[in-house]
Amino acid sequence: MTQTSKDYTLRLSGLEPLVVTPSANFINIGERTNVTGSKKFARLIKDGRFDEALGIALDQVQGGAQVLDVNMDEGMLDGEAAMVKFLNLIAAEPDISRIPIMIDSSKWHIIEAGLKCIQGKGIVNSISLKGGEAEFLAQAKKIKRFGAAVVIMAFDEDGQADTYERRIAICERSYNLLREQLDFPPQDIIFDPNIFPVATGMEEHVNNAIDFFRATKWIKENLPGAKVSGGVSNVSFSFRGNNTVREAMHSAFLYHAIQYGMDMGIVNPTMLEVYDDIPKDLLEHVEDVLLNRRPDATERLMAFAEQVVGSDKKEKEAELWRNDPVEKRLEHALIKGIVEYIDADTEEARLKLNDPLKVIEGPLMDGMNVVGDLFGSGKMFLPQVVKSARVMKKAVAYLEPFILEKKREIQAAGGTQSRGPLKILMATVKGDVHDIGKNIVSVVLACNNYEIIDLGVMVPADKIIAAAIKEEVDIIGLSGLITPSLDEMVFVAKEMERQGLKIPLLIGGATTSRIHTAVKIDPVYSGAVVHVLDASKSVPVAGELTGEESYDKLFGKIKEEYAQLREDHLSRQKEKNYISYQEAKANALQIDWNDYTPPKPKQLGLQTFNTYDLAEIRAYIDWTPFFSTWMLSGKYPKIFEDQVVGEEAKRLFDDAQAMLDQVISEKWLQANAVVGLFPAQRNGDDIKVFDPQTGAEIKSFHFLRQQGKKGKGLANVSLADFVKEQDDYLGFFAVTAGIGIEEHLERFKQAHDDYNSIMLKAIADRLAEAFAELMHEKVRKEIWGYAPDEKLENEQLIRENYQGIRPAPGYPACPDHTEKADLFDLLQAEKLAGIKLTESFAMYPAAAVSGFYFSHPKSRYFALGKIEQDQVIDYAQRKQKSLEEMEKWLAPNLAY
Amino acid sequence: MNRKEQLLKLLKERILILDGAMGTMIQRYKLEENDFRNTSLVDHTHPLKGNNDLLTLTRPDVIKEIHAAYFEAGADIAETNTFSSTSIAQADYGLEHLAYELNLQGAKIAREVADAFTENNPHKPRFVAGSIGPTNRTASISPDVNDPGFRAINFDQLVEAYTEQIRGLIDGGADILLVETVFDTLNAKAALYAIQDVYEEYAKQLNQPDFGLPIMVSGTITDASGRTLSGQTTEAFLISLSHVPLLSIGLNCALGAKELRPYLQVLARKAPFAVSAHPNAGLPNEFGAYDQTPELMAAQVEEFLQEGLLNIVGGCCGTTPPHIKAIAEVAAKYSPRTTAEALA
Repeated sequence: MTQTSKDYTLRLSGLEPLVVTPSANFINIGERTNVTGSKKFARLIKDGRFDEALGIALDQVQGGAQVLDVNMDEGMLDGEAAMVKFLNLIAAEPDISRIPIMIDSSKWHIIEAGLKCIQGKGIVNSISLKGGEAEFLAQAKKIKRFGAAVVIMAFDEDGQADTYERRIAICERSYNLLREQLDFPPQDIIFDPNIFPVATGMEEHVNNAIDFFRATKWIKENLPGAKVSGGVSNVSFSFRGNNTVREAMHSAFLYHAIQYGMDMGIVNPTMLEVYDDIPKDLLEHVEDVLLNRRPDATERLMAFAEQVVGSDKKEKEAELWRNDPVEKRLEHALIKGIVEYIDADTEEARLKLNDPLKVIEGPLMDGMNVVGDLFGSGKMFLPQVVKSARVMKKAVAYLEPFILEKKREIQAAGGTQSRGPLKILMATVKGDVHDIGKNIVSVVLACNNYEIIDLGVMVPADKIIAAAIKEEVDIIGLSGLITPSLDEMVFVAKEMERQGLKIPLLIGGATTSRIHTAVKIDPVYSGAVVHVLDASKSVPVAGELTGEESYDKLFGKIKEEYAQLREDHLSRQKEKNYISYQEAKANALQIDWNDYTPPKPKQLGLQTFNTYDLAEIRAYIDWTPFFSTWMLSGKYPKIFEDQVVGEEAKRLFDDAQAMLDQVISEKWLQANAVVGLFPAQRNGDDIKVFDPQTGAEIKSFHFLRQQGKKGKGLANVSLADFVKEQDDYLGFFAVTAGIGIEEHLERFKQAHDDYNSIMLKAIADRLAEAFAELMHEKVRKEIWGYAPDEKLENEQLIRENYQGIRPAPGYPACPDHTEKADLFDLLQAEKLAGIKLTESFAMYPAAAVSGFYFSHPKSRYFALGKIEQDQVIDYAQRKQKSLEEMEKWLAPNLAY
Repeated sequence: MNRKEQLLKLLKERILILDGAMGTMIQRYKLEENDFRNTSLVDHTHPLKGNNDLLTLTRPDVIKEIHAAYFEAGADIAETNTFSSTSIAQADYGLEHLAYELNLQGAKIAREVADAFTENNPHKPRFVAGSIGPTNRTASISPDVNDPGFRAINFDQLVEAYTEQIRGLIDGGADILLVETVFDTLNAKAALYAIQDVYEEYAKQLNQPDFGLPIMVSGTITDASGRTLSGQTTEAFLISLSHVPLLSIGLNCALGAKELRPYLQVLARKAPFAVSAHPNAGLPNEFGAYDQTPELMAAQVEEFLQEGLLNIVGGCCGTTPPHIKAIAEVAAKYSPRTTAEALA
């Protein structure tokens, strides 16, 4: 399966292949992106003007370079950083990165850094025996491992080869080492047998070109598969400043070298004279020197050179587009991703159209539409589109001050009060990390004068909605790439509906579709929902959604369209993945109650624990969620070692500790708890609770059952399954650590101190959770007392390595928040612990936790998942509520 | 003959069958959040549902059942449930510390099922390919449009994560390493770099100078332009990864069998290695589901086989044991592509 021994084809790649067959003509390696060879390039790199430096690279490619040589060896430069940055930037320029890269450095660490940045197969230039065999082989081995070809300089422990004999001896020795020690692919070995200047006036240099030619011939004949390359400009070093002579020398040198077998060379492809076009008299003088045809060749060429005036013939066809009208030029710049002239062209368009906004709405958007169409039809690919967006952004940035100026003028003239730019919130939904598409849409929309509130990736619905309300956005855009994101988008839409939002919703991303939007998302949200196919389509849609008249039109049109799609879809509906509620109940979790007696609580009834010692609670804090609150992900305490967020996490943690000290010593917060344990029995999927004294039934709690189709041996679980049908007990609790928080929050608010305000809330939340943990332990060990000997460290508590659970209404196992009403009633939580329920069954203070205690060893947390309407009907009857009301509260869990 | 020799011999004799989708099968179990948690993950703060690789630890019974279903359907090679088992991909769930364990156990349970099948029918030996996904970050593309030089991940970080994954897969008993769904060739180059490093290290430790599991590489063409996400053409992709003596190179995911054909032709013509394909069951429909039937998919695969394009064939997203069964039946009728024809 290895390559046949006769295949000496050198295969290189950028985004596209470059196949150098033995019969291939000469390969041009662009030399201008070299800080040692190009003063202009060196200056641009040193000044950090990488954009313009990229222009030089592009110029080389367009001028015919088939490989791009990149060299950052300069004393005043951090060569490694410059190499990495430039190669990464090139990777974002498909017009440049389509060709292979030659990583050119005399420093191994720069070569290695460069190899880590190129996805294609490039060439390393160069290594040699200069530092001995061991170093040479170690470097070559790594190059092979990275998958690159390599240029070997004719250089050894004694120095650079300057004679024919030394050249071939070093090349042969290098070749044999590579082949025998490393099995280095022969076609990936490229020799540089040193091109030295001629016409230097020194006798020992007269054969420099000829020796190179002969060495080339020898290598090609004696070292199978090996290629020959070289830095061509060296040969004309004596004629610096006289480009006409230099170009002629280069062309003539290559003409002969290629005859001898030279495969490739580092040249300036935009400055290569065609051999046949070299004036005959100049050619004769040049060849006399190169081929050492007469003793006075150098003097004669020197003399002749002075008559040849540098006749620069620059203007290239590549720049012809500059002659087009400004609209065309802008389009060209957008499609090609050229930023070089964008400011000037934008300014010209602004003057021409006499309105900065019209430049955006006109030529710039037209250009972006072309980009969108080309992308849609596969004629452009992603990196190119990203570049286009960048050009667009630059143009808009240029226009921004003019737009503001114009607005001020209109206002000053008594024009309509502008409310600032329209805002669009963008987010990749929870569970999804893909944001390339979203970023593109964001950029394109931003380019169209929308203010983008980008919430990033994995954004939960509540955060999206909170931000949308806070920022008063005009549109919400949801993105996602993976299939589960489809469900999450439905959930976000439902939540938006639940919270009474009317903000238009844009749906986009790879797996989204018009039909999914119509069938699943549109019906759950009464505001406008529009699916957009790609970035280019998002702009007109956003425009229509934000215009008053156009909104009404679009709204009516799209709702009707989606309703029709739904109808069509319904007629094709098929299989379901849920079982009936009856079947689910029949597949309940089977607990063997015969050899299990539920433990009787030591103390039945209610008990309160008010003004509990915060210092004691503190020890129970689980800090990991604290960092999540601050959007720092990582487990405590490992998070402190995290390279990215570690430092920030530590600072935050220290601040939290300091505030916590103060909270405790100055009694900012008060912690209250009420717990109650009652006789209970399961009745279907309800659990009835009885008065410990009288034995009368006082409450009935209602639970839901998983209804998804289960695999073999898996039950459809309900929390009710964990309680026996008689002689069992159920516990209840409500705790808070947020009593008294308001005055401190108000104080921070007055001081505009958001940081400490959030910090205090986060701390109160942590204390409440910790208090719940502490109370649960107390219940297990003392009050209920079924685990009196339990000894767990905080870490084990956090991992819940104990018997029993404490699920909370509103959480996955029992998602119905309305059960809190009965829970609070039973616990008299407001009276005994000062915790209130809001209309939407949220607890106040917010730093509060409430729930049930289940004691059975098999009780565990689970997620209810989706349920069908048959169960909701039954549940509503059990709760004596209307079906409609229950459907509203259980919306996220409805499978229908 | 050891398993590696058996594999190389079989590859010359017939078309080998790779298994089908893991995710599609897992979906059928309707697993819930608690299925993704074991005692040590009970209080893990991130939601874990959807982290299918984690089932290797929390529901190994499910994963074994799926491996067995594919072997039952006629697969020669099962892919381990480790596509996202790098510290990089697991970081989204806060589970980077589990990477080695996920790979070790992922390979172990596939090994166990494969060995049981081989024992039952020694004439049809079964193999385990350690699945190495692309991670969810690109080394060649900036996630920030305004900063094209930025990278969310670099080569060294990828090599480090892949090294951990590869060690786990080898230690768990994989027969093959499968670098798949390559959307950015630089990520794959990092994987191959790590593989070479690890092989060298194991060769020394075990005192077996030619230690090394056969390596399969499979890329992904992501859009209508016919290029990888990072912009390479199929041939450039092949050239960029040919420095390692691969067992096979191929394409998977993103497209269905029909759409893959022109790109497989390029590989079949130019690759000096065996050629593989594990396409999706067609393109996803509007709900993200794949609905190409086994018969339809097998018919399209048959066209490749008639053309002599493939040595290894299987399924990616949306494929199920019936798909693999149908493909295996078709593949049995054709001879494999002969690698000697490449480079002609």
